[in-house]
Amino acid sequence: MSTPQIEIQLIAAVVAVACAIPGVFLVLRKMALISDAISHSILPGIVLGFFLTHDLNSPWLILLAAITGVITVVLVEAIQKTGLVKEDTAIGLVFPALFSIGVILIAKNANDVHLDVDAVLLGELAFAPFDRLELFGTDVGPKSLWVMGTILLCTLVLLFLFFKELKVSTFDAGLSSALGISPIVMHYGLMSVSSITVVGAFDAVGAILVVALMIAPAATAYLLTSDLKKMLGFSILFGVASAILGYWVANLLDASISGAMTTVLGLVFLSVYLFAPRKGLISVLYRQKQQRTEVSLLTFLLHLNNHQDINERHINHLNEHINWQKVRSKTVVELALKNNMISIKDNIVSLTDKGKEFTELALEYIITNKDEKIEHMKDDFFLFRG
Amino acid sequence: MEKIAVQVDDLTVAYNYKPVLWDIDLFIPEGVLMAIVGPNGAGKSTLIKAILGIIDPIAGSVAIYGEPYDKQRKMVAYVPQKGSVDWDFPTTALDVVMMGTYGSLGWIKRPGAKEKKAALEALEKVGMLSFKNRQISQLSGGQQQRVFLARALVQNASIYFMDEPFQGVDATTEIAIINILKELRKAGKTVIVVHHDLQTVPEYFDWVTFLNVKKIATGPVKEIFNDDNLTKTYGINYKVAINK
Repeated sequence: MSTPQIEIQLIAAVVAVACAIPGVFLVLRKMALISDAISHSILPGIVLGFFLTHDLNSPWLILLAAITGVITVVLVEAIQKTGLVKEDTAIGLVFPALFSIGVILIAKNANDVHLDVDAVLLGELAFAPFDRLELFGTDVGPKSLWVMGTILLCTLVLLFLFFKELKVSTFDAGLSSALGISPIVMHYGLMSVSSITVVGAFDAVGAILVVALMIAPAATAYLLTSDLKKMLGFSILFGVASAILGYWVANLLDASISGAMTTVLGLVFLSVYLFAPRKGLISVLYRQKQQRTEVSLLTFLLHLNNHQDINERHINHLNEHINWQKVRSKTVVELALKNNMISIKDNIVSLTDKGKEFTELALEYIITNKDEKIEHMKDDFFLFRG
Repeated sequence: MEKIAVQVDDLTVAYNYKPVLWDIDLFIPEGVLMAIVGPNGAGKSTLIKAILGIIDPIAGSVAIYGEPYDKQRKMVAYVPQKGSVDWDFPTTALDVVMMGTYGSLGWIKRPGAKEKKAALEALEKVGMLSFKNRQISQLSGGQQQRVFLARALVQNASIYFMDEPFQGVDATTEIAIINILKELRKAGKTVIVVHHDLQTVPEYFDWVTFLNVKKIATGPVKEIFNDDNLTKTYGINYKVAINK
C-alpha cells in the first residue's frame, strides 16, 4: 500500500467513526431525516464561510456551516410548531430552500474556485491526501485527517462526559426534564455535534453520502443488539469496516470511493436485516412459521381432547373435521407424534398421557388469560419444535 | 395545621393560545394519596407536567414545600405515562431504574455501586428483580409499569407524581402497585396519581381532585367524592354509573 492509500483509508475510518456516534442517537430519536436536512442546508453556510476564509478546512468555515445546520433544525421546529404541517413536511420545506441558496451562491460567485456542486454533493476522498497540513514548515499529514480527527476527539469526549444525559433525554424526555437534565440542551448539543460532523465529513464524502455514514451503521447495529453501548460499538465497527471495504471495492472497480463505501454500507445493512439472529427477516419468518405450526398442534390436541368418539379421531377424517389442508394436517400429526403427544392405533388417533397433560395445562392457561405461560410450557414438553 | 406539600397558584397553561388549564389553585397537604380525575382532555397530565416544569405555564406559579420546583427537584419523583417512551429503546430494566438516580447525581457524574444497589432494591420491591437484565421491549405492559414505578422509588423522594400508573396493567399488578403507593403514604410521602377508574377511587385514595380545564373540587374523598362533583366534572349524571 502506498502512503496516500493508507491516508485515504485512515480518513475514511475516522469519518466513519465520527459519523456513527451521533448517528446512533439520531436513529434512536427517530431523527434520521434531520441528518439529511442538515447535510444539505449547510451548503450556504459553507459557501459563505468560504468567501470569508478562502479555505475549505478553516475552523471558522466549519463553525459557520454548523450554525446553518442548527438553524435548519430551529426552522424545522418553528414550522412544525405552527401545527399547520407535520415534521417531515417541515423538513422537506426547509432544506431545499437553504440548499438552493447555496447552489445559486456557488453558481454566481464561485465559478473559478475549488467548490463546485459535484464536489459538494459527492465529495472526493481520493483528493484528500493532496491537501496537506504544514506545521512549522513540516508536513504533518492530510488536512482533512486533522480536521476530522479533531472533530472525532471532541465527539468522543462529549460522548464520554454526557453519555448518561444523552441516554435519559433520548429515552424519556419528560423524566429527563423533571430530573433537571434539560432535554432541550441535549437536543441542541446533539444537533450541533451532528452539524459539525457533517460539515467536517462533507469535504471527504459529500453531502449525500454523509447521511449514509450516519444512519446505516446505527440502523444495522440496532437490529443486532439491545444494549446502547453495544449499539455504539457495533455502529463504529460497521462504519469503519464498510469504509475500508468500500475503498478497496472502489479500487477494484475504478469507481467513486464514497459511492462504493455507501454501497457496502447498504449491503451490510441488507445482510443483517435478512440474517440477524433475533430481529432479522428470516428468523422472524421462521419463528412465525414455527408459531403457526405450534398453534395448529395445540388446536389439534384440543380437538382430540374434546372428542372422545372414535369416528372424530380417525386419521383419514381429521382433515374434514378440523378443516385443514392435507399438508398442514400431516405436519401437525408428525410433530405431535415426534413429541409423544399422540399415539395412532388402527388409524385411530388418541392423546397420550403426556399429550393430555400438555393439553389440559394449556387449556387452563388460555382460560385464565395467561397465554404467555404457554411459551414456557413448550420448553418443558417439546422435544422438537414446529 | 398540616404542611402543604404542593401549592399551585393561578396556574394557566395554553397550547396554541387555547387554554388547557384555566386558573388552577390547588393545595395538596403532605402525606395524602391523591387521585386527579377528570374526562379526556381535562388537562390532568398537563397539570403534572406544569408542576414539574416540563411545560411552561403562561401564568401562575408552583411551590413545592414553599420553594420553586427548580430548588426542590430532589424531593420529587415522576412516573410519566407508559406510552410516552419508546420501549424498543436498547436498554435493560435495571438500566431504566438506574435513570432514577441521575437527578441526584447531577450532570456528568456517573452512577456507581451505590446507585446500582438502590436500583436493585427498588426492582425487588416491585417484584421485578429476576427481570433486571431483560431488554425492556421483552417485558409485558404490567412489568414495564412496575419498572417505571421502581425508577420513581429509587429517586427516594418526598412527593411522587404518577401519570396513569394503572393503564394497561392486569389486576395483580394493579394491586401490587396500589399497595406500594399505600406504603409510601404510610411512610409520610405524598403521592399524586392521574387516575381513570372512578370505581376504585374510594378504595385506593384518601384525597381527590376533580379537574376539567378548571379545578372543580379538591379535598378528602370521604367528603367530596359525590355525585354532585362527578356530574360537574363529567357533565353527565354519574349516579347511575357509579351504582351499577
